[in-house]
Amino acid sequence: MDAPEKRSDGLNEAPYVFPKWTNRIPGLVPPAFVLGLAAIVFVIWFWFSPKHTEVGYAPKQPVPYSHKLHVGELGLDCRYCHTAVEKGPIASVPSAETCMNCHTVIKHDSELLAPVREAFQTGKPIEWVRVHRVADYAYFSHAQHVNKGVGCVECHGRVDQMEVVRVTQPLSMDWCLECHRDPAPYLRPKDQVTNMAWEPEGDRRAIGEQLMQAYHVQPPTDCAGCHR
Amino acid sequence: MSAPSIATTKIPIPPTPPDEKLVTGGLTFSDVTNLVSQVTEQKTPRNWYLAFAFSLALLGVFGVSVLWLLWEGTGVWGLQQPVGWAWDITNFVFWVGIGHAGTLISAILFLFRQKWRTSVNRAAEAMTIFAVICALMFPGLHVGRIWMAYYLFPLPNQMGMWPNFRSPLLWDVFAVGTYFTVSLLFWYVGLVPDLATLRDRAKTRTRALVYGLLSLGWRGSMRHWINYEKAYLILAGISTPLVLSVHTIVSFDFATSVIPGWHTTIFPPYFVAGAIFSGFAMVVSLMVITRQVFGFKDLVTLDHLEKMNKIILLTGTMVGYAYAMEFFIAWYSGSLYERYAFINRAFGPYAWAYWTMITCNVISPQFFWFRKFRRSIPVMFVLSIVVNIGMWFERFVIIVTSLHRDYLPGSWGYFMPTIWDIGLFVGSFGLFFTLFVLFLRFLPVIAVSEVKGVMPEADPHHHAHEEVEEKAPLRTAEAS
Ligand code: HEC
Ligand code: HEC
Ligand code: HEC
Ligand code: HEC
Ligand code: HEC
Repeated sequence: MDAPEKRSDGLNEAPYVFPKWTNRIPGLVPPAFVLGLAAIVFVIWFWFSPKHTEVGYAPKQPVPYSHKLHVGELGLDCRYCHTAVEKGPIASVPSAETCMNCHTVIKHDSELLAPVREAFQTGKPIEWVRVHRVADYAYFSHAQHVNKGVGCVECHGRVDQMEVVRVTQPLSMDWCLECHRDPAPYLRPKDQVTNMAWEPEGDRRAIGEQLMQAYHVQPPTDCAGCHR
Repeated sequence: MSAPSIATTKIPIPPTPPDEKLVTGGLTFSDVTNLVSQVTEQKTPRNWYLAFAFSLALLGVFGVSVLWLLWEGTGVWGLQQPVGWAWDITNFVFWVGIGHAGTLISAILFLFRQKWRTSVNRAAEAMTIFAVICALMFPGLHVGRIWMAYYLFPLPNQMGMWPNFRSPLLWDVFAVGTYFTVSLLFWYVGLVPDLATLRDRAKTRTRALVYGLLSLGWRGSMRHWINYEKAYLILAGISTPLVLSVHTIVSFDFATSVIPGWHTTIFPPYFVAGAIFSGFAMVVSLMVITRQVFGFKDLVTLDHLEKMNKIILLTGTMVGYAYAMEFFIAWYSGSLYERYAFINRAFGPYAWAYWTMITCNVISPQFFWFRKFRRSIPVMFVLSIVVNIGMWFERFVIIVTSLHRDYLPGSWGYFMPTIWDIGLFVGSFGLFFTLFVLFLRFLPVIAVSEVKGVMPEADPHHHAHEEVEEKAPLRTAEAS
């Protein structure tokens, strides 16, 4: 910019309100604007996304029940407790009776199991804190997925290694659609659905494509498929 | 040097005939500067406080209506199946329409070298910007959950879904957004030299700082003027198609649907004419008051107002033609539903709204055939308000009458606004007036530098009227 000089018309004694270095500011505005915008986009894209807000949620439960112990070490099948998972939308959380099948004998006087015994006696269920939740305007059904060869591990992670269940997937619409648009690499034989450690023999995609044929897999991607 | 650049082209213009002076009352350059600048410099007049308090009160109504809407959801409005769009979209189209005059005056009339625009363009552009701000409120609010308003924009999101690019509602976002940005830039660029004038006249440090900051270091050097003229011309060029495109796309919101009464090819030109119609009416309403209050009668003369009234007459008649044509096409199409929609519009339960619209929009501007009425302040003030009432009803009629009777009589309804519909609409005037009243107090209401450019003294051959053949107007700086 031009160097300031005294004005000749004498309109104002000090026409230059700002010092000379401020001339550089206008040039900095556009890059600052672009960078600021990029920063805002990044912050929202990263910290506000369900990948950040949902994943990792692991509330404290009334009983320190451990999947790592019961599934990973004792080798119980998921369906022993989550009995409804193949039959309907809800996987179901077991009642105190299920626990008491073993815990009348094993650790029957453990402090940690007191709420279970109480629930068993009074019939008032234990109040487990819900971990995974999809918004109620979206329809989700376990049976539709489990019976078509989508393993628990695809959506819940290695539960058998968790002391406390935690959310491992964003459970966002984007996440649902990512699989629905291309389910092949997520499929497994139906009898391996609850097997956390299953490894495909050979190319996963090729197996998946065969299974898609065999099970007639056609996940919906139209809005009414999930928002019914 | 082959092709002449913008800055060096000389566009010959005829000199202003002496009997059609744009600035009357024998004002000199410094009179103009003083007249306009002092408005922002004098002690705040009591009337200004009254106007501001009144606007703020209305703005409060707006705030309460918005808060209640957000708290409770869109159920507080009278919307109910089958009428899913009513006052919200009516108000949106109404305000966008008003926002058309500013750019028309600043861009199109500028390119056509209509010098009379200079004394009204500043206020008209301000009005445009404020009207578009009011307009933008409604699409944002009518989604009910404004924190979801980012769905309007094509941003990557947790739904893995873009907005529908084939939907005119998305085009609307871009059209109105572009319009707002360009209008704002255009207005601001035009303001810079005048802001510098205010800075130079500043008596207090605060004024010097604020206007100094806003005037971006303008010193009025030849180089500054050349850049300014180029920028202004480019922005005028960009704005010109926008005047036509914005309301065309707004009309697509309706025209691309398959609802009888909306599905009409005449909509784009008809909407644009209507927008200019209502926009000019608003400029007349506002300028009549402003010139009265601030004593700008020699800057905004009766000639200016008469020219705008002529445009109101023209566009009003075009709108009337479109109304007639809609009926003709409904009959000519042979489509039962189309015919029904229009007969129902004129003689159904909303006949009162339809005939209000016809009276205000088609009949009332016809008074402007008479020069006496065109130059009468009371007549034009009343008519300009009547026209805007009519234009509001036009949008209401189009939107609500087309929706309220679905194909099945089982889904017929009648829309009744609730107090919150009314509060939001009335309140939006509060937003508009608050912004406008602030503008009147703190910014130069008239484009001082441009007005000077169209005064005879600005003409290098001012004192020799005989040799006027080859002259450049002030804006095309020859000095590069
Ligand atoms: C011994 C019974 C038992 C077995 C076997 C079992 N679970 Fe659970 N599961 C529970 C109980 C009890 C809860 C509720 C407490 C909690 O969330 O930790 C639960 C919770 C869960 C949750 C979180 C539910 C929520 O609120 O979102 C998931 C996911 C889950 N189990 C998956 C599995 C999978 C996968 C397997 C098989 C690998 C499995 N579970 C086996 C008893 C069992
Ligand atoms: C198949 C039998 C079986 C079932 C069913 C079973 N558990 Fe257990 N549970 C065990 C065994 C075995 C242990 C380990 C005992 C040890 O560490 O010595 C155990 C340990 C526990 C402990 C740790 C107790 C402590 O004091 O360290 C808790 C808590 C517990 N189980 C909760 C539950 C709950 C809640 C259920 C019902 C959802 C349940 N278990 C169902 C077999 C079972
Ligand atoms: C396609 C992904 C997917 C698969 C596969 C899947 N789940 Fe789930 N699971 C979910 C989602 C999503 C929720 C949350 C459901 C809701 O909010 O309604 C959920 C919830 C649960 C819950 C908690 C409450 C309930 O009953 O809904 C349990 C327990 C559970 N899953 C267990 C399992 C088990 C066991 C398996 C394997 C047999 C399994 N899930 C397979 C996605 C999946
Ligand atoms: C890992 C892959 C995967 C993920 C993740 C997944 N799905 Fe699916 N989904 C499938 C497959 C495979 C099918 C196909 C079932 C069929 O063909 O009947 C399916 C089918 C469905 C259906 C159709 C049920 C019917 O009645 O036909 C619904 C609804 C559905 N999924 C909802 C969801 C929702 C909601 C989510 C996200 C919370 C989700 N899915 C996440 C794989 C997935
Ligand atoms: C595979 C299942 C699935 C399909 C198909 C699907 N959605 Fe969704 N959608 C969801 C899930 C799950 C959520 C909720 C995510 C969450 O809980 O954050 C959701 C959320 C949304 C939301 C956000 C609502 C809010 O209030 O935040 C919108 C909007 C939406 N979907 C629109 C659509 C549209 C439009 C389509 C069709 C193009 C569509 N969805 C198709 C599963 C689906």
